[in-house]
Amino acid sequence: MTDAADVPPSSGASAPRERLLIADDERPIRRFVRLALESHRFRVVEAGSVREALAQVSTYAPALVLLDLGLPDGDGFDVIARVRAFSTMPIIVVSATGSEETKVRALDAGANDFLQKPFGLPELLARVRVALRRSAQRASGAAMPAVVRIGHAIIVDLATRTVTKSGHDVHLTPIEYELLRVLVKHAEYVVTHRQLLEQVWGAAHGERVGYLRVYMTQLRAKLEDIPAQPKHLRTELGVGYRLKLGG
Amino acid sequence: MRPDPDELLARMNDAASKALRGKLTIFFGSAPGVGKTYAMLVAARSEVEDESRDVVAGIVETHGRKETAALVLGLEMLPRKHVAHRGITLEELDLDAALARRPAIVVVDELAHTNAPGLRHTKRWQDVEELLAAGIDVYTTLNVQHLESLNDVVAQITGVVVRETVPDEVFEGAYEVRVVDLPVDELRDRLREGKVYGKAQAERAAQEFFREGNLTALRELALRRTAERVEAKMRSYKAAHGIEATWATSERILVCVSPSPSSERLIRAARRMAASAHAELLGVYVETPAAVRLGAADRERLARNMRLVESLGGESITLRGEDAATETVAYARKRNVTKIVLGKPTHSRWRDLLRTPFLDDVVRKSREIDVHVISGSAPAAGARRAAPAPTSTGTRATATRFAPAAALVSLATVTSALVFGRAALADVVMVHLLAIVVVSMRYGRGPAIFATFASVLAVDALFVPPYMSLAVTDLRHVVTFGVMFVVALVISHLTSRIRDQADSAREREQRTASLFAVARDLGNARSRDELFEMATGHVGAAFHAQATIHLPAERHGGDDAKDDKTAAAVAWALRHAKPAGASTDTLPTASALALPLVGSKGAVGVMTLAIGDPSHDATARETIRRLRDPDERQLLETICKLIGSAVERTQLEDDARDARLRAETEHLRNALLSSVSHDLRTPLGVVTGATSAILDAPDLDPASRRELVQTAHDEAVRLSRLVRNLLDMTRLEAGALALRSSSASVEEIVGSVLARFGGRALTTTVPSDLEVHGDAVLLAQALINLVENAVKYSPATEPIHVEARERGGMVEIDVADRGGGVYDSDKTRIFQKFFRAHETEGGGVGLGLTVAQGIAEAHGGSLSVLDREGGGALFRISVPATPRRATESA
Repeated sequence: MTDAADVPPSSGASAPRERLLIADDERPIRRFVRLALESHRFRVVEAGSVREALAQVSTYAPALVLLDLGLPDGDGFDVIARVRAFSTMPIIVVSATGSEETKVRALDAGANDFLQKPFGLPELLARVRVALRRSAQRASGAAMPAVVRIGHAIIVDLATRTVTKSGHDVHLTPIEYELLRVLVKHAEYVVTHRQLLEQVWGAAHGERVGYLRVYMTQLRAKLEDIPAQPKHLRTELGVGYRLKLGG
Repeated sequence: MRPDPDELLARMNDAASKALRGKLTIFFGSAPGVGKTYAMLVAARSEVEDESRDVVAGIVETHGRKETAALVLGLEMLPRKHVAHRGITLEELDLDAALARRPAIVVVDELAHTNAPGLRHTKRWQDVEELLAAGIDVYTTLNVQHLESLNDVVAQITGVVVRETVPDEVFEGAYEVRVVDLPVDELRDRLREGKVYGKAQAERAAQEFFREGNLTALRELALRRTAERVEAKMRSYKAAHGIEATWATSERILVCVSPSPSSERLIRAARRMAASAHAELLGVYVETPAAVRLGAADRERLARNMRLVESLGGESITLRGEDAATETVAYARKRNVTKIVLGKPTHSRWRDLLRTPFLDDVVRKSREIDVHVISGSAPAAGARRAAPAPTSTGTRATATRFAPAAALVSLATVTSALVFGRAALADVVMVHLLAIVVVSMRYGRGPAIFATFASVLAVDALFVPPYMSLAVTDLRHVVTFGVMFVVALVISHLTSRIRDQADSAREREQRTASLFAVARDLGNARSRDELFEMATGHVGAAFHAQATIHLPAERHGGDDAKDDKTAAAVAWALRHAKPAGASTDTLPTASALALPLVGSKGAVGVMTLAIGDPSHDATARETIRRLRDPDERQLLETICKLIGSAVERTQLEDDARDARLRAETEHLRNALLSSVSHDLRTPLGVVTGATSAILDAPDLDPASRRELVQTAHDEAVRLSRLVRNLLDMTRLEAGALALRSSSASVEEIVGSVLARFGGRALTTTVPSDLEVHGDAVLLAQALINLVENAVKYSPATEPIHVEARERGGMVEIDVADRGGGVYDSDKTRIFQKFFRAHETEGGGVGLGLTVAQGIAEAHGGSLSVLDREGGGALFRISVPATPRRATESA
């Protein structure tokens, strides 16, 4: 609800009208999401069950799926697995009972983001736009920009592997840098503990959350103004971390 | 005369239990072949055909008689149970099948039958009891010689001892007894025609059992016994209808029970006297100090005799005292006994010279009470009291008792020789007497007598001329030896008796002490498990057997019933509140004894004592011996009663606690409901109102529209918060809040909480290396509630300060505001459910702090409120820190 400030600049009226799928068994939710997204120049198709969702995915090949995990005829995790089998389209999971385990499971299964009910429109729009932008980047085959700005002060140069804050060099250890690089690569998305550990340390280290916490604390100390009120290196308790570029 | 209320009550209970119980009809005959089975089947058929009742033949022996077999064909037959025993297959009544089938009437032939080993009960009449208890009527047959109280009379008449007997209680308790009578000549004709047995067998039977004299006597016995029963019924009827009694109702007969085999006959005789005089029967045994040393065989016979008293419907009592006659008469007087029955002495006249015979004593002391003396049983008289053999001590033990006796006598002899020489014979005798006293005190009667002989021989050989010879020249010395011998015997007898008394007292003391210990421990037990542990510990130690307690539908302590038999015994003991399993008549082949733990409303549980195989386990033999001892048995039953009432007490306590809890929960639920319904309706009302206003007024100006929408949105957010808190609260109260504890960074928790309060001014002091041990998500929830509370009650311009530190193994996180603070009077109340310090607009439901406190406490921590220095409130949550150690590093 307070994330409105983080919404990136709108992609503008000239952007192509992209088609989104909302899969939720609650008709009022579907209507609200459809009205809200259509008013922001998206086209929306609806599905009320796993069967319908899979049918709509193959018929319309939507640019993004908003998926409720509690569908009447099956498990939302099945939808994630079936879609991931042939597509990298962004999937944002929407759930009312979002326990941390469910979030982690959905994210590790291949969902890109997670939204807990009840949510406001600004939050929804922000997540949708981030997902679409990242998806478009990957589709166009363009390499990640070599220089990424985090907020106003922090600049990460992926080519030279240097990080500066307010013009001063920030010295990072190789692991800290690697951690930051993974977060930058998935900027705005939640990266689960497991995903981070596997990408930084390797597949064998999936359980060592303690490591991760120590390095994240060091990273926050080096990059954040007030580490206890982080603007960018956000903690999603029990799930993982999220790098916010704005703010 | 008005009926005695107690008696009336007893009869009402009787009637009530009879209404539920099935009715027993006995077809009673004087001898085999009179046509009992036939009569029974005819009656059963008429029940089916005339009354259309559901009759099933449980087990019927036709003995190859054609007419009988024809009758059976018309009845539904219950499949029989086949039991393999020593190579042959025995057919038995399938009790469980009968219980499961639940007919109105079951026909069960031969009530006195002994079941094959391995069945639930040893006797068929016990099966019948169970059928009756289940409310099923039973038709059965019985011959007069099988009645317990007539058993010995029949044996006297016919010379045939019948082993299969039925307690008289069963006969008395029958709903109806139909006598099946046949004139003696006709019966003998039937026998000759081979209608009773096969031809060959019939000849022999006619010679032995079916002699005319026998049959006439048996017939008379059967008719008389039935008449007695009818009379008893009549008496009961008269009493029930207030008809003046014409008989002495207070008649009581006391029979002196002893371990002697003749005692059994005495008991039966007393029972007959009691029956014809409508008197109560008391069987009394007096345990004198000497009797404490009874041999195993005697003990067992005594226990059997006492059981016989009970099975004949009498009451068995064990008294303790120095003198049997005094105790017996004193007890008889106390119970208003009218007649004392005792046996004719069987011992020799010589013994009477040594001490007053029991019989004379009783007669002299009894005064107004009649004393009946009945002759001892002739055939059994030879096997009188066995010598009190110290059975538990073997030969080695005997040697260890006799060797010191010999040594002590030798010592006395040597000492005498050295100190007195041969001159002072009196002193020498004295020294030897001293040795005898010591021996009899320490080693008992046998060694004492041995020492007496040894001393006399030693003194004769060594101190009386001619030396080294047993010959005696001086006649005076013979007198000396005589005196020495008698004095030594008297001393040894007296000291042995003192020893026996001391032993008896010690044993009794031990029993009392162990009972006291059990009672004390059971009283102290704080939990049911502790109670069971103590109870099984005591019993197990006392009886050298593994004790286990079983409660219905749950199991406690030790290893459980290993075999089906034991499980069945446990179930049976629980249902019938009677002992079952090993050493009882019900399921005797089980490897354990199941004792019901009886509370005020029947059995609340069962205790099993695992008994090993007595054939090759000395401990098992010892356990069985102790279980047969009436005193030990009584001790065990008393302990079971204690446990039973203790278990019942804990159950009642549990019930009371549950009831209280339910009442509290109910109260809370009502409070919650009333509060929540208000707090849910208010925001819903605003949302509904605002949105309907927008819908109804399309030409609303944009400013108003926006305001309405904003209001609806704010209320929806508030509603969402309320629902979240309610859910958390419910989970906390249901105890369903599972902590997923691990190390968590306080900085991360605070950081993720504060991210939700984007617009608010916040300051933090949080060490980056501070870690808590707890559930990060829940702790964050608690902090969110605290910060929300601070936001709600303090001006937006004043920053909220969050500070964390470690102190004494705990992490403290403070949330401080500059609001109005909390009044001292409210400092505990604010954590209560639904309490709100200010009924402010937009306030919560008063659950946020309660939830936060619940979370802190679930972590083993606490939440408190303090006055902040410089004004405002400070909430401090305190939870365990992760112990500091070298952090893992890459």
